[in-house]
Amino acid sequence: MPAAEPDETLEAQKARLEEQIRAKERQLQTLKANLLNLDQGIRNGSHAADEYKRYGRQLIMPTMGLQGQLRLKQAKVLVVGVGGLGCPAATYLAGAGVGTLGLMDGDVVELSNLHRQIAHSTDRVGMSKADSAYKSLRALLSYQCLSRLNPLVEYNLHKFHVSPENALAIFNSYDLILDCTDHPTSRYLISDACVLTGKTLVSASALKTEGQLIVLNDPPRPPGDLSGGPCYRCIFPKPPPAESVLSCGEGGILGPVVGTMGVLQALEAIKLLSRPRAEATPESMGNGTSDEPPKASMLMFSAYNNPQFRTARLRSRRSNCAVCSSTPSITKASLDSGSLDYVAFCGVAIPVNILPHSLRLSPTEFAILPNAARGTLIDVRDETQFAICAVPESVNVPWTGNAASWLAHAEEAGVLDDEDSACKYIVCRFGNDSQLAAKAIIDRSGGTTEKVKDIKGGFQSWREEVDPQWPDY
Amino acid sequence: MERNIPLTVEFTGGLEMLFSNQRVHKISIPARDDRKEPSNVGFLIKHLCDNLMKDPRKEMFVIDDSIRPGVLVLINDADWELEGEDRYELQPNDNIVFVSTLHGG
Ligand SMILES: [Zn+2]
Repeated sequence: MPAAEPDETLEAQKARLEEQIRAKERQLQTLKANLLNLDQGIRNGSHAADEYKRYGRQLIMPTMGLQGQLRLKQAKVLVVGVGGLGCPAATYLAGAGVGTLGLMDGDVVELSNLHRQIAHSTDRVGMSKADSAYKSLRALLSYQCLSRLNPLVEYNLHKFHVSPENALAIFNSYDLILDCTDHPTSRYLISDACVLTGKTLVSASALKTEGQLIVLNDPPRPPGDLSGGPCYRCIFPKPPPAESVLSCGEGGILGPVVGTMGVLQALEAIKLLSRPRAEATPESMGNGTSDEPPKASMLMFSAYNNPQFRTARLRSRRSNCAVCSSTPSITKASLDSGSLDYVAFCGVAIPVNILPHSLRLSPTEFAILPNAARGTLIDVRDETQFAICAVPESVNVPWTGNAASWLAHAEEAGVLDDEDSACKYIVCRFGNDSQLAAKAIIDRSGGTTEKVKDIKGGFQSWREEVDPQWPDY
Repeated sequence: MERNIPLTVEFTGGLEMLFSNQRVHKISIPARDDRKEPSNVGFLIKHLCDNLMKDPRKEMFVIDDSIRPGVLVLINDADWELEGEDRYELQPNDNIVFVSTLHGG
């Protein structure tokens, strides 16, 4: 384009000049970034050259570029929970070149974790999950230099659970938090602490064949500032009833399902961390424009549904939110003082204990009964579990969640026919549903029958007391 | 000529277990509720409890006449809080999704 066209309006000249300035500014930014990188290279020996090669494939994308890569390198990310979500999330974040990675988990590795928690391994069963993941990531991503293993990523290991007492102090030293935990109590706590420390939160969860992902407090603004993104409490002001909360141990989980969600968390984190500071608006997942308060959105994954992915538009900040509104009841002071009881807030599913002592039998007591006295053994686990393992000649009548409908099934199965003759023993996985089923039969008889007994502690106790070969699923 | 409104109702996050283990239900509901008002989502929820839900565990879906905490209601992929909650008046072919939040990890 010529320097100045004769009939160019003043506005057009101004626009052209502004565009030139912007171009120069971009150039300046690149030069500064190169300088910064050289500085780092000088400090770290051959490190920088190595990094161009290592990160080259993501570096050449316009969405990342050198600027984005350097932002990742300066970023500090905390992964809370190093399980099914945290293992893949931490692995991809470390791989992408996040500068500092915090691994926070108070649990130790168990055999039943390994089908999905890919940073742990068989020989590390019993080891702290933070330690175990650290070992994997270090082996995967360190490089040999001057005959010494240099980590590309700095790791902080927090070998304890997140708590109201430790959350603020720890979150303060990070830029971004990933909620990879598995219970509502920690989900509320982590979200509250993110609001109070001004951190964006990438929250994911999974169960069975489904997963959910939400980016919260994006952008992170102080409580009362409606230009901040909503928090977990804005979306879910009340916790779900404890009885409705299923863990992966109870409900089951497919490894690639929770893995998908953990990888998506890493992806959202990379998008958030590598974006230029100036456009720190919720463009990563949300759809807020500059005039209206930013809204969250939830990505839902369902492995056996078509389509597998869908996105829901969620709300903006809640004007009466308990933590992010202008009149919060949850503050730094209340968190620090330990006066907030997240366990009480979310409630606890109370173990069932509804039968008199005389109608309960330990697995050992059942096992030593003579064959003739064993009567009918009714197994109330679901069909899938019954197909995994069952006591010979036991009858499967899955607990339906309700006395009337279960009794109907039991009648159909013919196990209630000999009402007064043979004794009936009821068993389940943990010894809760069996009591409910036993009580259903007792109530049906008008509360008179003594011929129905529950096996205390279910097959879990059965395995501990009677049959160590019983599958420990 | 407004007698019934055809709708797609979906249950996910475990709620499908309460509805015959079926995720997607194509249903149609009366265009007007008992008081001759246009049918809204509040009416739909009552209709689902009375007609579609075979499972006796109503409290896993509705507590004190409102959706239980931990369940999101989506109207055409938007949180119902953006659409007037239970007062949203249903339109033909609306897609209403009930999502139970997951907590595992
Ligand atoms: Zn909030």
